[in-house]
Amino acid sequence: MAYTVPPLTDFSPEALAAAAAELQAALMQESAAVTAAELEAFRNRWMARKNGILTQVNELWLKGSPKEAKREAGQRVNELNKLVTAHVEATEQRMQSASAAGQLYGDHLDVTLPGTRQPLGAEHPVMRTMHEIASVFRNLGYSIAEGPEVETDFYNFEALNFPPNHPARDTQDTLFIAGQEGKALRDRLLLRTHTSPVQIRSMMQQKPPIRVLCPGKVHRNDAADATHSPVFHQVEGLAVDENITFCDLKGTLDHAMKMLFGSSVKTRFYPSFFPFTEPSADMQISCIFCNGKGQRDGGPCRNCKSSGWIELLGCGMVDPNVYNFVDYDATTVSGFAFGMGVERIAIMKYGVDDIQLFYNGDVRFLEQFA
Amino acid sequence: MKLSPQWLREFVDVKVSNAQLAEELTLTGTAVENTVAAGDGADYSMIFEMEITTNRPDDMNHYGVAREVSALYDVPLKPIAPKLPALSDKSAPSGVTIAIEDGTGCARYTGRVIRGVKIGPSPAAIAQKLNSLDHRAINNAADATNYTLWEVGHPTHAFDLDKLEGAKIIVRRARDGETLKTLDGVERKLTREDLVIADAVKPVALAGVMGGFDSMITEATTNVLIEAAWFEPVVVRKMAKRHGMHTDASHRFERGADFGATLLAADRVAELILASAGGKLVGAPIDTIAREMSRPPILLRCSEVKRILGKVLPNREFQRILGRLGFGLTANGDDYTVEIPSWRLDVEREIDLIEELARVHGYDKFENSLPPYVGAVVELADAEKDARLRCRLLALGYNEAISLTFISSADAVGFSPAIPLALENPMSDEARMMRSSLLPGMLDMLAYNLNRGVQSVRLFEAGHVFKEAGGMVRETKRIALGAAGEALAGGVHQAAKAYSFFDVKGDVEALLAPFAANSLYYDSHTAAHYHPGRSARAVLNGATVAQFGQVHPEMAAARKIKQDVFVAEIFLDRLYQQNLRSVKYVALPKYPAVERDFSLLFPNTDATCFEPVHAAIVRLGIAELRQLEPVEVLAGGTVASVPQGSKSVLLRATFQSAERTLREEEVAQWAQAIVGAMAKLGGVLRS
Repeated sequence: MAYTVPPLTDFSPEALAAAAAELQAALMQESAAVTAAELEAFRNRWMARKNGILTQVNELWLKGSPKEAKREAGQRVNELNKLVTAHVEATEQRMQSASAAGQLYGDHLDVTLPGTRQPLGAEHPVMRTMHEIASVFRNLGYSIAEGPEVETDFYNFEALNFPPNHPARDTQDTLFIAGQEGKALRDRLLLRTHTSPVQIRSMMQQKPPIRVLCPGKVHRNDAADATHSPVFHQVEGLAVDENITFCDLKGTLDHAMKMLFGSSVKTRFYPSFFPFTEPSADMQISCIFCNGKGQRDGGPCRNCKSSGWIELLGCGMVDPNVYNFVDYDATTVSGFAFGMGVERIAIMKYGVDDIQLFYNGDVRFLEQFA
Repeated sequence: MKLSPQWLREFVDVKVSNAQLAEELTLTGTAVENTVAAGDGADYSMIFEMEITTNRPDDMNHYGVAREVSALYDVPLKPIAPKLPALSDKSAPSGVTIAIEDGTGCARYTGRVIRGVKIGPSPAAIAQKLNSLDHRAINNAADATNYTLWEVGHPTHAFDLDKLEGAKIIVRRARDGETLKTLDGVERKLTREDLVIADAVKPVALAGVMGGFDSMITEATTNVLIEAAWFEPVVVRKMAKRHGMHTDASHRFERGADFGATLLAADRVAELILASAGGKLVGAPIDTIAREMSRPPILLRCSEVKRILGKVLPNREFQRILGRLGFGLTANGDDYTVEIPSWRLDVEREIDLIEELARVHGYDKFENSLPPYVGAVVELADAEKDARLRCRLLALGYNEAISLTFISSADAVGFSPAIPLALENPMSDEARMMRSSLLPGMLDMLAYNLNRGVQSVRLFEAGHVFKEAGGMVRETKRIALGAAGEALAGGVHQAAKAYSFFDVKGDVEALLAPFAANSLYYDSHTAAHYHPGRSARAVLNGATVAQFGQVHPEMAAARKIKQDVFVAEIFLDRLYQQNLRSVKYVALPKYPAVERDFSLLFPNTDATCFEPVHAAIVRLGIAELRQLEPVEVLAGGTVASVPQGSKSVLLRATFQSAERTLREEEVAQWAQAIVGAMAKLGGVLRS
């Protein structure tokens, strides 16, 4: 039975409230059941000026009320007016958005298909490692310096305290430029075997204090195999000032290694020999694969050959002979230098098992670093 | 170098295990690279594989390392004092004369003579020790010299005295035409720079490198001359290099042997031969000194130790370290006067002594500290430009690659007009030249990928190229791009699009965009390694900053590349002459823009390429012309309405004023001017 507005005889507040409650219940029931097609009829039934339910309520419950009940009835009818209007509009809105949503759903996509991507290029792992190292030292106040890859004997050897005919030259398998016989030894051209010549060039250009980092490509006459390449990269660093000590060398490198490999990494130094430093040292870091334990996954750690340590770089206090070549006063300044192979560090960081992968441009390898 | 810790312990009493000994030696600069179990001999069951640095020839033997152990653990080093029989007749001469004619090459030559030996195998104890170091025992006399080498480190030689004509030793330079058959059986032609040991007639040994074949000890030998000498490092080194030889002896002489050890070494060899081969020592040692090698003491200041090492070492450390290593110390207030032992040719200066103190004290006993921050980091002049290009290349999808620096002679000619820089000692024929272009390497890398079934490749390399310029080298920075395959990958959402000339051009445009350009144009002047119809150069402010396009199909075919491949070369030396564009805000337009399309029919000539068309319109000087873009270009014959020999171009001009809304009449006027300019190029409006 559809709801109709009953005429009232009892206009007491209780009776008015009961009639309003009945109307409200009917409204709820009808609005819940209404369909999109019935929406207009629903609005008219409740709100049409001519004979809509609200109009009838006004007629029967307000105009038909006795004088003493007018105030009470007026208030009640007002409330019903607002309630019905709000409810009809809400019903309309609900129905509209439901239909819109249904339409949108009809256009739905398989959102689990892969997206359209423009591939980004990847930075070469060696360059990426080199930039990471440079950034650590830049933060410590080191400027970056570069130099030529084809150097003279003077910068690559002589000024670094490798005298002519010294056996230490044999440790750097050098590639020489042809046709240099007519020149004095120090002017003969060769491919730099380390980036140390840049340190000499920097010191010739600048008086102490100096903090400089020299990243770059170097060449040696090493046949290519899984661990050797005739082309590789080095980063060397130099700090010269008054009162720079061996303790500063150790502290600087220890800090840098913690920045590069994590704060739990330890360093240790032991004596070595380089013509351009005295004292000279090799530096090891605690193995980053087994945390220096020498054991991993219940077996010996292959990366550090169970020693718990990995050799990483050479360093030392700048030899006073070097200062003579660059016109620094060895009695008032002191300093340290260090140098590391970038490939070696990249190999370790990324677990690369063949150094040749760095130089053949295989995109399947390079893309892994994107 | 192999070393037996057991043998080592004959000279020092230390209780530590071999493993600990190896570790602590390494940490104080006498590096034990590996410890390995040695073959069979129970007594010499462990061997240290040493890595002795080139400055420490004195450590390349057991006694030298024992000296390090003595300093390390502060224990005495037992002396080596050969026990020789008293000469029965002191006046009986050895019968041998020694003359050093070349005092530059040989400072000292000590000889000893033993007569009546019986050559045969060495006693087991000697042979076993040599075997444990992987040295084959030869005979008792030769083994005595080898044993002495590994024990005290001084290289010695034993001659069959009866093969030395005139019983004479002359140390001299070789004469033209002289030859010598060395112990290895090789007949060697000598030069006047070679230092030889000669008898009265002929060379019998290459000084400090190898003995002669004809005077070697054989089973027939009965009389022996023992040689212990000191040869000049550079002379030995040059000689060994010249003859392509490297021996245990040359290795040590090149690095500096002990001038003071010749007598001891000769006596030690004599002692061993007498014990194993019998015979009789004849005459006193013949010790010939051409020049003395005395070195002044060094002043070692505690203040300097502190300045370099950052730490004050106690006096007892000076005594322990330097004293045990054989240095003589005289205290002098806070300083020391230090006498240098004859075996330490590497120690010449105060800093060398400081190094000795630091290493034996232990590097890890020095605290870590940081030097003061001096600030003012200076970036490289081109750092920002480098970073800008790099960032764009990565964003454009190019993977960074590094190729080798060497190219073949053919590639050097094929890819650059420059005179290439040749290597004296190239690693192979294909790597004879320093690269004069990045393209050979780039093409190799593209081919590498394509041969492995990779469909799409985009690579860039930033690096140096080299050329010769008047006896000097000119080294410049370049970037190369390489691409093949798809510009847009196909898939479920879209069709694939092949990489084309305009993709590489777009990428080059994107790379040049950050640079301030008063003028930038592209034309088709490119090098011969490019496809003549599909390549261009970019000219920025009058300088050619890039060449790019499809690689000439013949050049690609030479590398067995069948696909179309595209490359670009950016000449950074020229590009970096230009400044980066400084970005400045321009007020956004308040008034609407007006677009006009022009559909034109042109004769198809060079003069009607887009660049001259564009330039002709720009020359009209219409300030409100914001943009002029080609919307469509149809070649003649592709559609019916465009006849052969002509082409149809649809241009879109956009006008806009910053001050006002444009009036219809003025736009019409500009449009007319454009049509007029086009008419001069032969273009007619299509109706």
